[in-house]
Amino acid sequence: MLRIEARPGPSKTMRYLSPLIAALLMLVSGLVIFTLLGKDPGRAFHAFFVEPVNDLYGIGELLIKASPLMLIGTGLAVGFRASIWNIGAEGQLTVGAICGGTVAIWLAQVQAGWLLPLMILCGGLGGMLWAAIPALLRTRFHANEILVSLMLNYVAILLLALLVHGPLRDPEGYGFPQSILFGEAATLPVLVEGTRLHAGVLVSLAGVLAGWILLEKSFLGYQIRVAGLAGRAADYAGFDRSRLIWTGMLAGGLAAGIAGVLEVAGPIGQLIDSVSPGYGYAAIIVAFVGRLHPGGIVLASLLMALLYLGGESGQMNLDLPAAVTGIFQGLLLFYLLAADFLINYRLVPGRRATGGRQ
Amino acid sequence: MNGHLLLEILVAAIGAGTPFVYAALGELVTEKSGVLNLGVEGMMLVGAICGFIGMAKTGSLLVAVLAGMGAGMAMALIFGVLTLTLMANQVASGLALTIFGVGLSAFLGLTYTSIALPGVPALPIPWLSDIPVLGPLLFSHDILIYGSILLYAAISGFLYRTRAGLILRGLGEAPESAHALGYNVIGIRYLAVLFGGAMAGLAGVYLSVAYTPMWVEGMTAGRGWVSLALVVFATWRPSRVMLGAYLFGGITILQFHIQGFGIDIPSQLLSMLPYLATIAVLVLISRNRQTIRLHSPASLGIPYHPQS
Repeated sequence: MLRIEARPGPSKTMRYLSPLIAALLMLVSGLVIFTLLGKDPGRAFHAFFVEPVNDLYGIGELLIKASPLMLIGTGLAVGFRASIWNIGAEGQLTVGAICGGTVAIWLAQVQAGWLLPLMILCGGLGGMLWAAIPALLRTRFHANEILVSLMLNYVAILLLALLVHGPLRDPEGYGFPQSILFGEAATLPVLVEGTRLHAGVLVSLAGVLAGWILLEKSFLGYQIRVAGLAGRAADYAGFDRSRLIWTGMLAGGLAAGIAGVLEVAGPIGQLIDSVSPGYGYAAIIVAFVGRLHPGGIVLASLLMALLYLGGESGQMNLDLPAAVTGIFQGLLLFYLLAADFLINYRLVPGRRATGGRQ
Repeated sequence: MNGHLLLEILVAAIGAGTPFVYAALGELVTEKSGVLNLGVEGMMLVGAICGFIGMAKTGSLLVAVLAGMGAGMAMALIFGVLTLTLMANQVASGLALTIFGVGLSAFLGLTYTSIALPGVPALPIPWLSDIPVLGPLLFSHDILIYGSILLYAAISGFLYRTRAGLILRGLGEAPESAHALGYNVIGIRYLAVLFGGAMAGLAGVYLSVAYTPMWVEGMTAGRGWVSLALVVFATWRPSRVMLGAYLFGGITILQFHIQGFGIDIPSQLLSMLPYLATIAVLVLISRNRQTIRLHSPASLGIPYHPQS
């Protein structure tokens, strides 16, 4: 028999092992799910997790999908570390895409090098603006930032739909809800020939690096950590709570906004009524699985990107429903949260402790 | 606007508010025990598709209701194991539950997207439904709507007039004291979480089987999240949950009628209304910090473990 025992202190090893355990459990669950769906598990596993990345093009696709996830995940981690729950990244991404995309449409005649940086700037500002709403309502009116930021996701997506059905619609687009195609100066250059890998990945990596410096090397990062671990201690130390809320929310908004521009200026190339397959939500999982650390987040974003690609490949090659991806994403986070139990507790052989030692 | 149209809107608002009634009352009970389950949207979706499948396969409303409630409880059980047994963060676990529920319901519903169900017939109560105005407003609904009103009465009675309700509320205020008095804190919290799951599942069944009898991916469209906001708006009191639920039902309905009045507003702007209204009521009610502090269960969202 096994017995649960509290560890004297949190286990550092388990902290890093737990995401690996979660990933492993998710893969095992994958085999079970494939079998239940009547597929040969070995073949399905290969189609889902290996085939998408066994050539250069596939690697490029993996990085394209990992790019927004790592950028947003890092931005969210800034808030999550201080227990500021911004779950509005999907909306902030959408508003970023709208702002950056509008610049590209308005300045369609411009063929200058400053156009892309301007788009990224506007997209980042747009994402921050959208994140500023829950931050303001939280600091000024104590409104719950989880619910406000989540509600704004729906509003942002409706706003995008409104724009591409109306003012931003391509007049020669046969009435389809889409804008004109962006010009060359508004499109991210491809990095590696034979792939679709675009320069946005470099922007994302730079963002992750900036996040790492903020979180690990700055005094503000230290304040954020303290606030998350012990809110009272942070108050006693005189750390300004509302400044931390603003920092946490705006970091997420900035990252998500830029990720939104990179999506429309990269793989999509125009504004359409759906610019993200749920990256804003998946990035929440990425942030947790990456242990709210930029390095871990990069690794987690690759795993999550593989789930997206696997979903597509499984659908094409094996007639697996694409919705399997969502199930895998949810399972991964479940397993992580469960495995985290082992950070503070351990299983030791022996009978279950009864009565006395309660 | 004439009286007839107003009555029509009010009747429709009760229908549109019913999913909020079920989901928010369920979440209210969960939160009263001190547990914050943000997975309502996910539980609602899985309940909706399981209820839909039950109805499509058997044609029995009872089977649909049981399937939806069972599915919601199964989802809530995952949340319970994570947060109550394994002491995981409640916010993260609730988010995970919603993400999982969105994926699972889409997956389960793949082959059901093009099926329409007959819906649930209205069940006018004899005599009472003939009363002018009040008859159509209160006594001419389907059985699930009557059920939601009975649920309100039952929960109000349970929370404020029974010993078990007192224990549940006490648990949410001070789990240590409840434990010291010999109550099984974790066990009772499990029951409260499972009840919340069953009600969220039932809210989903009402949507997919009665309100709009078909399955559309993500058809709850944020109603689970709105329900969470309603519990805050209601400052954890059942009667105000009802008020909020029908208010939001009305807002949902209003967007269809505004266009009917000949006012030319893009449909997307109207669809934003419920979400913007949710933000507005959250701000209104949270503005005064004291209100929330007085009414919210003191241990809400804080993990508790007897050993520690």
